[in-house]
Amino acid sequence: MQLDNSRPIWAQLVDEFRRNIAAGRWGPGQKLPPVRELALELGVNPNTVQKSLSEVDRLGLTTTERTSGRFVTRDEALISAARAALATTTADSFISAAHGLGMSLDEAARLVRDRWQLGKDSQ
Amino acid sequence: MTSPILEVTHLTKAYRGRPALRGLSLSLQPGQIVGLMGDNGSGKTTLLKILAGVLADWEGTVSLASHAPGPASKQLVSFLPDASFLPDSHRPADSISLFSRFFADFDEAKAREMVDFFGLPWDRSLKEMSKGMREKLQISLAMSRRARIYLLDEPISGVDPASRDVILRGILQNFAEDALLVISTHLIQDVEQVVDSVVFLKDGQVFLEGAADDLRDAHGSSLDALFRKVYAS
Repeated sequence: MQLDNSRPIWAQLVDEFRRNIAAGRWGPGQKLPPVRELALELGVNPNTVQKSLSEVDRLGLTTTERTSGRFVTRDEALISAARAALATTTADSFISAAHGLGMSLDEAARLVRDRWQLGKDSQ
Repeated sequence: MTSPILEVTHLTKAYRGRPALRGLSLSLQPGQIVGLMGDNGSGKTTLLKILAGVLADWEGTVSLASHAPGPASKQLVSFLPDASFLPDSHRPADSISLFSRFFADFDEAKAREMVDFFGLPWDRSLKEMSKGMREKLQISLAMSRRARIYLLDEPISGVDPASRDVILRGILQNFAEDALLVISTHLIQDVEQVVDSVVFLKDGQVFLEGAADDLRDAHGSSLDALFRKVYAS
């Protein structure tokens, strides 16, 4: 993951962890790697990882069991909501860019449809 | 909020009348990695040497885990000076046994583990090692003490980027959660992502300090960009 040093790192980690859960890289009920392991993998401070995971806990996407560690929620509705929230943010930033270029909704929708197909073909 | 493990008030030090620290005050909590930043001559090394108890004739008060700098504090503080402190003839095992004799809190097994982690050659003397290898050996020794406070003076200056990354990993992996680790550097981008908080020194005083993410948030810039702005003004 590429971090942007001009923004708080903990917030970027929260986004990354939410994406991991929304995309199913961390599946429902799965145990998360230990804080130190994540910190080493990401090249960041363990305290920062800890702070971000507490926020993911607070969002309800993970739960911490004192003895056995931290687990992804089994609540599929919460996971879908996280996926929808992330997709909405991405869509909003595309919409504002399209606005900036003076595109209409039809043009933007057509563009998405064309590129969607292209993306599928290249996969 | 826990109480500070390191407290410095009105610290002043001059070398033959030339001031190096001018009434510097600083208070640091345990359980964090602090970046001590500053240009050459800003007082970083002088401050670390006083904290390590290797420099005398200063004014002010210094408290390290409730001890003034001296024999008792040295048992709790692991200091990595910026210059090589080991004999050229030493192989890693020689340095490990030297540290073992000197420091009651030294963990030999951990030191050997770190030497292996860094891929250092056991059969070579320091004289036959590259600058990066020597740096790695000294970090292995400093980090293998079970200290309360670690003071690392420019541990990654002058090593290649690959070595820098592996050294930072070694530090992250071996840093005890309840300890304080102070790492000085004039190359902030090198430690940008591993520090909890930063202290910027300028002309022997604390110019700016704060939690890394709070500073990024408040200034909308990286610590590196903030540092450049601070020192240009």
